[in-house]
Amino acid sequence: MKAQFRPRDVVVAVVLAGMALLPLHAALTGNSFLMSLCTRIIILAMAAVSLNLIMGFGGMVSFGHAAYLGIGGYVVGILAKEGVDSGFLQWPLALAASALFALAVGSLSLRTRGVYFIMITLAFTQMLYYVAIGLDRYGGDDGMTIYRRSQFGGLLDLSNRTAFFYLCLALLLLTTCLIWRIVNSRFGMVIRGARSNERRMRAIGFPTYRYKLVCFVIAGTLCGLAGVLLANHTDFINPAMMHWTRSGDLIVMAVLGGMGTVLGPVLGALALLVLEEVLSGVTEYWQIIIGPIFLLVVLFARGGIDGLLGRIRA
Amino acid sequence: MLYFIEQCLNGVQLGMLLFLLAAGLTLIFGIMDLVNLAHGSLYMIGAYFAATFAALTGSFVAGAVMALLATLVVGIAVEVIAMRRLYGRDHLDHVLGTFGLILFFNELVRLIWGPAGMTLPLPSQMLTAVEVLPGVYYPLYRLVIILSTLIVALLLYLLVMRTRIGMLIRAGASNREMVAALGINIKLLFTLVFGLGAVLAGFAGMMQAPILTVQIGMGENILIVAFVVIIIGGIGSIRGAFVAAIIVGLIDTVGRAFLPDLLRMFLSNNAASSAGPALSSMLIYMLMAAILVVRPEGLFSASSR
Repeated sequence: MKAQFRPRDVVVAVVLAGMALLPLHAALTGNSFLMSLCTRIIILAMAAVSLNLIMGFGGMVSFGHAAYLGIGGYVVGILAKEGVDSGFLQWPLALAASALFALAVGSLSLRTRGVYFIMITLAFTQMLYYVAIGLDRYGGDDGMTIYRRSQFGGLLDLSNRTAFFYLCLALLLLTTCLIWRIVNSRFGMVIRGARSNERRMRAIGFPTYRYKLVCFVIAGTLCGLAGVLLANHTDFINPAMMHWTRSGDLIVMAVLGGMGTVLGPVLGALALLVLEEVLSGVTEYWQIIIGPIFLLVVLFARGGIDGLLGRIRA
Repeated sequence: MLYFIEQCLNGVQLGMLLFLLAAGLTLIFGIMDLVNLAHGSLYMIGAYFAATFAALTGSFVAGAVMALLATLVVGIAVEVIAMRRLYGRDHLDHVLGTFGLILFFNELVRLIWGPAGMTLPLPSQMLTAVEVLPGVYYPLYRLVIILSTLIVALLLYLLVMRTRIGMLIRAGASNREMVAALGINIKLLFTLVFGLGAVLAGFAGMMQAPILTVQIGMGENILIVAFVVIIIGGIGSIRGAFVAAIIVGLIDTVGRAFLPDLLRMFLSNNAASSAGPALSSMLIYMLMAAILVVRPEGLFSASSR
């Protein structure tokens, strides 16, 4: 299995290598738009990869994953507003807050399954969305500008676009590596087993609830990291970061790229954001095209891009 | 106290609207096993149709009737073109496909009606207030909403429990294959049920239109609250949806009205007015969490009936 030639890996390697060269392109042309777009793609890819850990491998369809983008972002933003701009404080706190929220939501929603799970994760994220709207001190509905990105002493300057770009790329690679390790570990086997037949996993003695909860918390924490990066990238936080459509976008990325593959969501994020960028250039009403595309993907291209690449080989 | 009664009535009124949406969702889910996120789009479309037709004909009632028929047509078209292909797929497919439909409908509405919202003016005889209790005046139109929704709920109950179609619907909910094997045209039944759900959603949107502005995205926010109703009431149970809708409507409305004042008794004025709105919007979700702890399958789940 491992030695097999997989077109997906080649494509992802080419894409990542191409991305790594982008700062060079930006420096040569002086046009940093592509690099900025790719930073965004990388950050959202990280969120989609983390969602795929629970959805693709664990069978837990969370329609509320954008919550952690929001939590990561809001912790950074709120701390910055209160005068705490050290990344050494902001980042761990953001991850801890994401983990805590994931623990709370996970422990409740994992008591149920299937469609309940989808609705509950959606509802809790909507709750957070309204809470963010209610936070008048932190911009309420309009959101709030972050005037200073996270500071890491002399170690790293996030205001430097190239440095920030490489940081995001490196963190994406680290995240995918981590998830690859998780999925192929004993823990990951239990999670995947619970996906295909939970009753059997329980019958042979695995407390699947606990395993799934830990998995849910890991995914939430990783997505929280993506939220931290997103806030630092846009220098802005607003409730729309955790709007339900954002959660939907993350699901689309994971499915588009190919569920249950570690790197698929990276391709999915790339495809979706590039598609959005292209379509919004064509017409103001681009969502009227992209909506039916989602439906068509569901109906005819269930394996996503990864599945298509697999077909090319076959 | 008078204010409290008024808020309670508002809560019941919101609850009735939530019930219309939740009933359609739970019917569609119970019978076709379909998660329909685009249900909120039908609610929005019902409101837009009502506002348009009422403006065209100059009559609120004629506009309402035409809007219901038009929403029914849209609902059936959506079922035949898209939903039919999603039956039997897993829930993730439903979520994705109907998510695409929401984007499509929101943009379509923006294309046709423009980005600005619309208003649906009430006929002048509806603008009065009625003395419901000595000293308590309540807008007539909101009473009309409560009453008409109650009638619809009753009709729905009679349809599901007392007619042949309703019998098929209930049979379809408990065992689809068996109903199909007995020679019932299950395809037609599914289309009918989806159309029924669409009409209920359109009716809710239409009734709500004069109170709120008709705008893009109006369906999604209330849809998520309708999900909360279904989770609390138990999926597949119309009775559960009814009870839960009223509970959620009451808690949400009364919470928003009184929680900030209540907080002022414990907190400083400043802290209370900033925490109040955030906390009161959390109330229904906290209720949902509490129900999940005690009864994960909801108050009236269809399986434990």
